[in-house]
Amino acid sequence: MTMHVTVEGLSKSFGRFPAVKDVHFQIRQGQLVGLLGPSGSGKTTVLRMLAGLETPDAGDIRFHGRRVNHLLPQERGIGLVFQNYALFRHMTVFENIAFGLKVQKRSKEEIKRRVEELLERTGLSGLAHRLPHQLSGGQRQRVAFARALAPEPQLLLLDEPFAAIDAKVRKELRAWLKSMIREVGITSIFVTHDQEEAVEVADEIIIMNQGKVEQQGTPIDIYRNPETVFVAGFIGESTVIENDGRWKGFENPLPGSKALVRPENVEIGTDKDISLPNAAEKGIVTDVIFRGANWLVVVEARDSIITGYRPLDKELLKPGDEVLVLIHRLYEFNDQGMQVRENGAKIDPMPIYI
Amino acid sequence: MALTDTPVPTAKPRAAHRTEAPWVRWSLIFLMMAFLVLILILPLITVFSEAFNNGISVYLDAITEPDAWAAIRLTLTVAAIAVPLNTIFGVAAAWAISKFRFRGKQVLVTLIDLPFAISPVISGLIFVLLFGSHGLFGPWLSEHGFKVIFALPGIVLATIFITFPFVARELVPIMQAQGNQEEEAAVSMGAGGWRIFWKVTLPNIKWGLLYGIILCNARAMGEFGAVSVVSGHIRGQTNTMPLHIEILYNEYQFTASFAVASLLVLLALVTLAVKSIVEWQQRKAETHGG
Repeated sequence: MTMHVTVEGLSKSFGRFPAVKDVHFQIRQGQLVGLLGPSGSGKTTVLRMLAGLETPDAGDIRFHGRRVNHLLPQERGIGLVFQNYALFRHMTVFENIAFGLKVQKRSKEEIKRRVEELLERTGLSGLAHRLPHQLSGGQRQRVAFARALAPEPQLLLLDEPFAAIDAKVRKELRAWLKSMIREVGITSIFVTHDQEEAVEVADEIIIMNQGKVEQQGTPIDIYRNPETVFVAGFIGESTVIENDGRWKGFENPLPGSKALVRPENVEIGTDKDISLPNAAEKGIVTDVIFRGANWLVVVEARDSIITGYRPLDKELLKPGDEVLVLIHRLYEFNDQGMQVRENGAKIDPMPIYI
Repeated sequence: MALTDTPVPTAKPRAAHRTEAPWVRWSLIFLMMAFLVLILILPLITVFSEAFNNGISVYLDAITEPDAWAAIRLTLTVAAIAVPLNTIFGVAAAWAISKFRFRGKQVLVTLIDLPFAISPVISGLIFVLLFGSHGLFGPWLSEHGFKVIFALPGIVLATIFITFPFVARELVPIMQAQGNQEEEAAVSMGAGGWRIFWKVTLPNIKWGLLYGIILCNARAMGEFGAVSVVSGHIRGQTNTMPLHIEILYNEYQFTASFAVASLLVLLALVTLAVKSIVEWQQRKAETHGG
């Protein structure tokens, strides 16, 4: 597979505020990439520089190995989808989708054919003559998507494409967008601040924080092997515990360390149902929250608050119960860096062979 | 129940605890109506009744009299030059303010309001000081045979200065509210600046633009102070309609002066009618937008 987008040393400041600082990444042809980060992390600025709507202060942007810094947005062969759709409000759905084709001076018949094909693909066939204000949020987003794809761009850029849509429709639209992009086979980059969305939709995630790239990888890779504390804390749920060295199985920590603990790596139970009582600590339940598929149990243990999931079929816990807390894995970090640690006490000191 | 006792058909029913007593409501309405009649309606009626005081033939004579006719022509000429120019300036200024980031933007916004803040007489004097015979450029201009003050160019300049803010002020908030995203989307699809302006930007601002042009035109035709300073009041040559009305009035030709005035009042009424249609369209466009 060839590299479609290559970004080297990209930087951009607005006044004195450095929005993007020395960003490097590469994106392969046909990938669907999520540019993930909290607000103010510079992800939208990166997207806008790729589109040519902002000029980088330093660094290179290459499409298929060719430097495009000097190219106008019009010459870059990109499709753009905005958070607020930015549909042309005085044009019908048909005219919106046809706009880019008219710019390309295609013939009338060709425009009609292409627009109708896209309307069909996006499930908007009956809505061709509606105006944007007569559509629902989900339908508007589909029009924006069809409009961006109509002129057959090389690269599709989506800025928070689902942010303005209500939760239920958003889930459907995500799945739809993913399969649609897969079908068209176009390299796509979408910006989001929602880690769940990035994990669900993207082939690959680029995590940004304070203008820098923290990590790039597949969702599962980032989840399993976070390279920085920020990434470990940003992907998935977690709580922080101080002095993780005091916990059984995690003796000899890095100097001055803290640790991130994910609820899915924590087992909370009574002495009857916990898997390895030897590796567990005592704790008191402070809260139990129903999470649909399981319980989220909040426990105070070793002067820290940590959370863990408990299956619904196990005995019900209530606040005040004495329980055992078993941390299977945690992410230990200090000023120097971070490491993933497994519980060392899980190796049974006196194995019994049957 | 206060609410059912005195229903006001056009007002929406309000909760009892938020509604004033009937006598308060009616006296407020009466006060406002009396004020409106005294300040707006009566003068309006007076203009027409004075104009037609001596019969329709006298009225027609008054407005077809050569000097009056010259004043009407001059007013229309000035508006025909000033309004299109200010439309172009206004759109350009609004575009710059709403679509670009640059230093001194706030200064520009304040400068656009300047003509509103200055007394029209001062606005006229500025041009006399610049282009008058003892002014900055006056001697050079008269050497080369250009006459600005006491001639059409001066009147046009003063009118442009006075009416400059109308279009820009109308467009800036609309364009700022709409943002750049539609333009950016158009750019990403390969559209050039000209196409974006005609196909994307202009249709979005057309009602606001029309509103601005109407107001600009009304003021351009009705301006008195600034034009009075630069015109020189030469009958049949540099008198606009408002100046002509004043001269007729000062000469005790009341019927004639009110006859010409009635034309300006008609213009105002037409402006108001068009303005409310445009506002209605604009509201419709706004509720549909976004």
